[in-house]
Amino acid sequence: MYKYDEYDQQMVDTRVAEFRDQVRRRLAGDLTEDQFKPLRLQNGLYLQLHAYMLRVAVPYGTLNSAQMTLLGDIADKYDRGYGHFTTRQNIQYNWIKLEDTPDILAELAKVEMHAIQTSGNCIRNISSDQYAGAAAEEIVDPRPYAELLRQWSSFHPEFLVLPRKFKIAVIASETDRAAMRLHDIGIKMVKNDAGEIGAQFYAGGGMGRTPMIAPLIREFVPLDQLITYSEACLRVYNRYGRRDNKYKARIKILVHELGRDEYVRQVEEEFAHLLTQPIEPPLAELERIKTHFVDPGFEAGASDDLDLTDPDFRLWVERNTHAHKQAGYVIATVSLKPVGGIPGDATGEQIRLMAQLAKDYSFDELRVTHAQNIVFPHVKKADLYTVWQALDAAGLSTANLDTVGDIIACPGLDYCALANARSIPVAQKISERFGSAERQAELGELKLKISGCINACGHHHAGHIGILGVDKKGLENYQLLLGGSEGADTSLGQITGPGFTEDGVVDAIEKATEVYLANKQGEERFLDTYRRIGMAPFKEAIYG
Amino acid sequence: MKILTGNDLKTGAVIWWTGVSWSLDVNDSADVGEHGAALVAREEGARNVVGAYIVDGAKTDEGVRPAHIKERIRALGPTVRPDLTLKPSDPEAVNWVI
Repeated sequence: MYKYDEYDQQMVDTRVAEFRDQVRRRLAGDLTEDQFKPLRLQNGLYLQLHAYMLRVAVPYGTLNSAQMTLLGDIADKYDRGYGHFTTRQNIQYNWIKLEDTPDILAELAKVEMHAIQTSGNCIRNISSDQYAGAAAEEIVDPRPYAELLRQWSSFHPEFLVLPRKFKIAVIASETDRAAMRLHDIGIKMVKNDAGEIGAQFYAGGGMGRTPMIAPLIREFVPLDQLITYSEACLRVYNRYGRRDNKYKARIKILVHELGRDEYVRQVEEEFAHLLTQPIEPPLAELERIKTHFVDPGFEAGASDDLDLTDPDFRLWVERNTHAHKQAGYVIATVSLKPVGGIPGDATGEQIRLMAQLAKDYSFDELRVTHAQNIVFPHVKKADLYTVWQALDAAGLSTANLDTVGDIIACPGLDYCALANARSIPVAQKISERFGSAERQAELGELKLKISGCINACGHHHAGHIGILGVDKKGLENYQLLLGGSEGADTSLGQITGPGFTEDGVVDAIEKATEVYLANKQGEERFLDTYRRIGMAPFKEAIYG
Repeated sequence: MKILTGNDLKTGAVIWWTGVSWSLDVNDSADVGEHGAALVAREEGARNVVGAYIVDGAKTDEGVRPAHIKERIRALGPTVRPDLTLKPSDPEAVNWVI
């Protein structure tokens, strides 16, 4: 994985020293909260419902074991013994003290981490496919391109005060595991007819109060124009994105209001202009970055045999592992969704255990997924049972990946100052109702996502079943959506009708699953059946 | 009643104005009447609190209870982690929040 050079390290260290001084001045009364707030937000420090919350960036979701170990240590030393992995592949801590924050950031800097660009109207931490560099089906490892974009976007002076926050995802597989088309810019690395690698660009996607699927804006951008084209996309947005209304300030509104074709025309015009300027980094820089992402030393001829006599292990292998590009290896996902648990939460001890397992059995590498799970990208099949046993002993062996129990949920009103309703208790009730191995096997792939407000951090628009918590005259109320997807077949869920109480929405899901099971044909997933038969039968069962 | 709340500047902890100082316990809240805005200005200026604001509440037999669920959750702690709430030894405490 990428290793900081002296410039990266100096940049992060300088920022820590700068923030330490800003905190000192705030505590001494030299800065008011109005002056300090934008400074702390630029360092990932929010003031949430119960305390300060620190969001730490995990670039494209990739971590080494030293970094992961530190994340566990921070949970124990500075927080209340746990961290929360987020839907943007980051981690956040809910109980941070302002006076501790400079020390935390200094510790993070020692392992090449920071909390920069996890807040504010800038280009946020870039997300990617959690199976990058390991999946059998990918065209190329997307992370070097994500890293190049990270370096370009970090402290980019022109894009530090955009009309609104800006999120970029980079993938390189037909299987989209990063919700790429629901980002401000989605980039898919592709191979053209000549066999050259380039980038396919999508722009103007997003969730929130106005969900939109990003349209394709360019089929192929050559690698030596990747940054220039990105710059053109951002420039047009920065110039014409609305600043008068924060609810209409995202690029999706600009692309929608201009129309895709007019936005593309303006980008191409800007692109042509920028090509006359020497802003593109030399390809040698991309090649330098790529040297950090070479395959680890896979054992040639490693055995593909797996002893699956332990039924619990067998279930976990079937559900939580994915084909690796290297024979004898698998990609293994650790579900942070135990039945009745809090999605995405892990204790300091669990975090350190996952770090140690990655060090011993996954070439020192882990990934955070946008579905709030952790991935060991390169596990030798011969080691898999040992890894599973260690996970099982730590309560981390839940076999529910991509099933109804693998719920994405934002922190909701239990933690978030913006939320209107709680998300976690709903997730827990659904998990308890449907979380048995039998129910999950019966329902198959079913992606359920819950947001506690219209900002959609829980990706409810993209759930096969989505739930949106709203405030209805001071009471929590939950809208139900069906038919969303964040994969290669991206679609937006449709609201079923009037909302429900907390218990009512769980019952409504039960009815929706009954409709699915009664109408399922062959190997259809819930989403497939919904798309084939439409909303009406579900609505009738839920409200009839 | 009108009650005044905010977060402790250093620790971020949720705090409630008692009439003379700040408390972690919502039950210590005083009715600030019409004086809330002036108190916000004074206490924020003195760096005793950050993000202070006034909320509606009521004095009940069980204690002071903010009117809105968001403030009640702030007063107690996350309903999904009773061990981290203001009353970790009372698992029933979350019942007054929701």
